[in-house]
Amino acid sequence: MDNMIALIEPSIPSLRRYARSLVRDTSEADDLVQDCLERAIRRWGQRRGNSDTRSWLFSILHNLAISRWRQIQRQGRHMAIDDATDAALSQPANQSDGMDHADLIRALADLSPDDRAVLLLVGVEQLTYAQTAAVLGVPIGTVMSRLSRARERLARRIAAPVITTQRAHLRRIK
Amino acid sequence: MSAPRPISEDDLQAYVDQVLDDGRRAEVADYLRLHPETARRIEGYIVQRDALRIALAPIVEEPIPPELSVRALAEARRARLMIWRPAVAAAMLLCLGGVGGWAARAVFAPPVNGVGALAREAADNYRVYASDVHRPVEMGSAQKADLVRWVSSRLHSPVEVPDLQSAGYRFIGGRLVTTPHGPAAMFLYEDGAGERLAVMVRPMKVQKNTAMSEQSDGGLGGVSWATDGVGYSLVAPTAPKSLHPLANEVRRQAEAVI
Repeated sequence: MDNMIALIEPSIPSLRRYARSLVRDTSEADDLVQDCLERAIRRWGQRRGNSDTRSWLFSILHNLAISRWRQIQRQGRHMAIDDATDAALSQPANQSDGMDHADLIRALADLSPDDRAVLLLVGVEQLTYAQTAAVLGVPIGTVMSRLSRARERLARRIAAPVITTQRAHLRRIK
Repeated sequence: MSAPRPISEDDLQAYVDQVLDDGRRAEVADYLRLHPETARRIEGYIVQRDALRIALAPIVEEPIPPELSVRALAEARRARLMIWRPAVAAAMLLCLGGVGGWAARAVFAPPVNGVGALAREAADNYRVYASDVHRPVEMGSAQKADLVRWVSSRLHSPVEVPDLQSAGYRFIGGRLVTTPHGPAAMFLYEDGAGERLAVMVRPMKVQKNTAMSEQSDGGLGGVSWATDGVGYSLVAPTAPKSLHPLANEVRRQAEAVI
């Protein structure tokens, strides 16, 4: 059991970060991570010997997020974009690197789940293209084309002017 | 010396992600020097990637809340399993004991026919084959047509392999399995996280048409039903309720064929 804990634990902060970018708010994201950890514990024995724990955990999390999206679609509930990545939005705006973080997160939340997933797994979590392909369950070629598309879409959204009322809303500080 | 390989969009993305080898990286850098417009786009992606990392970095710095403690979750699971073990043992002793045991037999004895039996056979076969990491199936997905011919001829009725790709389950193959009621076909699927799902199909002599029913059996969940003399049972290590959408999809496909 200690071995399992030692292998799973280091990934929890990045699992939370990925989850936070996929679902609406902090508590829903943590619920998702908790489900992911419970599944991982239950299936620890079924894990393939040479597979790396980190991308295995991301696969479980990603699949749980997909079933949640499907559930939301079935229930006809709208994904509230304003609520997306709420915690990240509460970060004060920061201009130091020439990009307003709140605008960036907002633009990210506007992208499709597929686009967000590939940007985060490759760009932020720094999984290899092959690991990303395994997590998303698609060929590497698809990862590459999605990545190129998602980067271009995000760049366009950042470049587009942001409506002032939204800015005011985004700048709120908890 | 061979001519230089043309620069692809994949190379440019890999340049952003800093995963090119030194030689190729230098070639891409040369290319970007000659193509300022592309260079600006790629520079934008690099800024974007760094900004995303910075914007999301505070989340990984947050302390982990107690409900995400792996140790606590693992211990809670162990405790749940421990509670049941003595209870199951006690129930078995009661069954073995004399008259009480005989009276209890009707209640505890597993069903020998119908959808209840089908569900139990499916769970038993799942335990044997789906847990096999290296050789869960006799014929893989590449031999689907042969597999369909084989099981259809042994079951004396045409059997199709349900397609659960849209639900996130990839078909990995299948085999013929034995049951007290003769041969059955078992198809195995895997989701992106490697969780396996089995669909077992066999002819039904007793209950030819039934509604879907849920079963759970030692950590495995099942949904089973019969349509026009063919029984279906889905099994996976999950709550039976979550198998319903998949079961509906299998039934829809089966009925579309008829």
